[in-house]
Amino acid sequence: MKKVYKNAGEAIFDISDGNTLMLGGFGLCGIPENCITALEKKGVKDLICISNNAGVDDFGIGLLLKNKQVKKMIASYVGENAEFERQLLNGELDVELIPQGTLATRCMAAGYGIPAIYTPAGVGTEVAEGKESRVFKGKEYLMEYAFEADFALVKAWKGDTAGNLIYKETARNFNPLMAMAGQVTIAEVEELVEAGELNPNEIHTPGIYVHRIFQGNSYEKRIEQRTVRKG
Amino acid sequence: MLDKNQIAQRIAKELKDGFYVNLGIGIPTLVANYIPEGINVTLQSENGLLGMGPFPLEGEEDADLINAGKQTITTLPGSSFFDSAMSFGMIRAGKVDLTVLGAMEVSENGDIASWKIPGKLVKGMGGAMDLVASAKNIIVAMMHTNSKDESKLLKRCKLPLTGINCVKKIVTNLAVLEITDKGFRLLEKAPGVSVEEIKSKTEGNLIIDSEIPDMEF
Repeated sequence: MKKVYKNAGEAIFDISDGNTLMLGGFGLCGIPENCITALEKKGVKDLICISNNAGVDDFGIGLLLKNKQVKKMIASYVGENAEFERQLLNGELDVELIPQGTLATRCMAAGYGIPAIYTPAGVGTEVAEGKESRVFKGKEYLMEYAFEADFALVKAWKGDTAGNLIYKETARNFNPLMAMAGQVTIAEVEELVEAGELNPNEIHTPGIYVHRIFQGNSYEKRIEQRTVRKG
Repeated sequence: MLDKNQIAQRIAKELKDGFYVNLGIGIPTLVANYIPEGINVTLQSENGLLGMGPFPLEGEEDADLINAGKQTITTLPGSSFFDSAMSFGMIRAGKVDLTVLGAMEVSENGDIASWKIPGKLVKGMGGAMDLVASAKNIIVAMMHTNSKDESKLLKRCKLPLTGINCVKKIVTNLAVLEITDKGFRLLEKAPGVSVEEIKSKTEGNLIIDSEIPDMEF
């Protein structure tokens, strides 16, 4: 089966209203920019988005929020978005906050075929409410289920026609975990090459996890906090 | 009384050669500016980096290279990148030697509240719950009192918790304290601050079992 698609619009052709999506990235670093723009254009609604953050007002998942396409956001930190705040306070948006390590590991569990994990994060806090817990060697852990997502949208630095992916620097973050976790995983890459051109020793995500791949364009790669030092 | 930089400077004295350290946002970030000479520590950034270096020179910012505060940064020789599950895996497995983070409240049994104020907009816990649930050694960097001059060192936290029985040490603008079975044990006081003042500004049980020296930097 051919994995290579021409662009984001074609790759997301069957994403529909009410789907659960995973979106890679930490802040605005390593987000699937092209897929987000294509989703905005397609106008699908009532999306459940699993992503560490919710973008900023005019970039990242913020674009989908502004367009009222998101029904529920599952994230660990959402502080950078005024439209998000407005919708949340108005009851237009449902939000589930999850510890960052739990979020990452619930993605990992899905990709490893493990139905649930035990983590100490959140024990004794409101995160533990209603959850099964268990004591191992005298320490309490919460049981957290593997995520299920209809689609995972990830961004990599390089990819090949077999779907293998290599990420750059801290733009890796949640991308390889979500790539493993989607029912259908769509990868956008800055540079798409023929199978055989990437060194197999350097692959982060094996192509078996990637169903669709395309070379993105016009990456803005916006910086959220530009900090520099004097030379 | 210490300013934020001096709190960071005092915490930096707790660093030991070879430590892997996670620094939270705010005062903890400043600790990186005071790493003692001759001591080699590796900074972990939970978005997926070991070996975090200083901010880049102007013009050398790289959008793909940021820290957990979403600031542009650099790497140092020996650094490595990894995904978010491995990042919290190394935290959960106790590989990170020291975590320094801020707090709104700490209780005398080592509970910490740092992420949510009821009635105000909740931004999320980020990685704080994972860090406090697993770190071997947790130092809290914070002011001794809040903006209303109320103690932040309490018998029991009033705000929603981030983690329980986890804080080991606290460095505030007034004092260095450690958490014991019986409450906050006063270890050091800030220059120019009296033990009486620390007593009056600590709501939780304060243990003073010796002459309290001034902090040294």
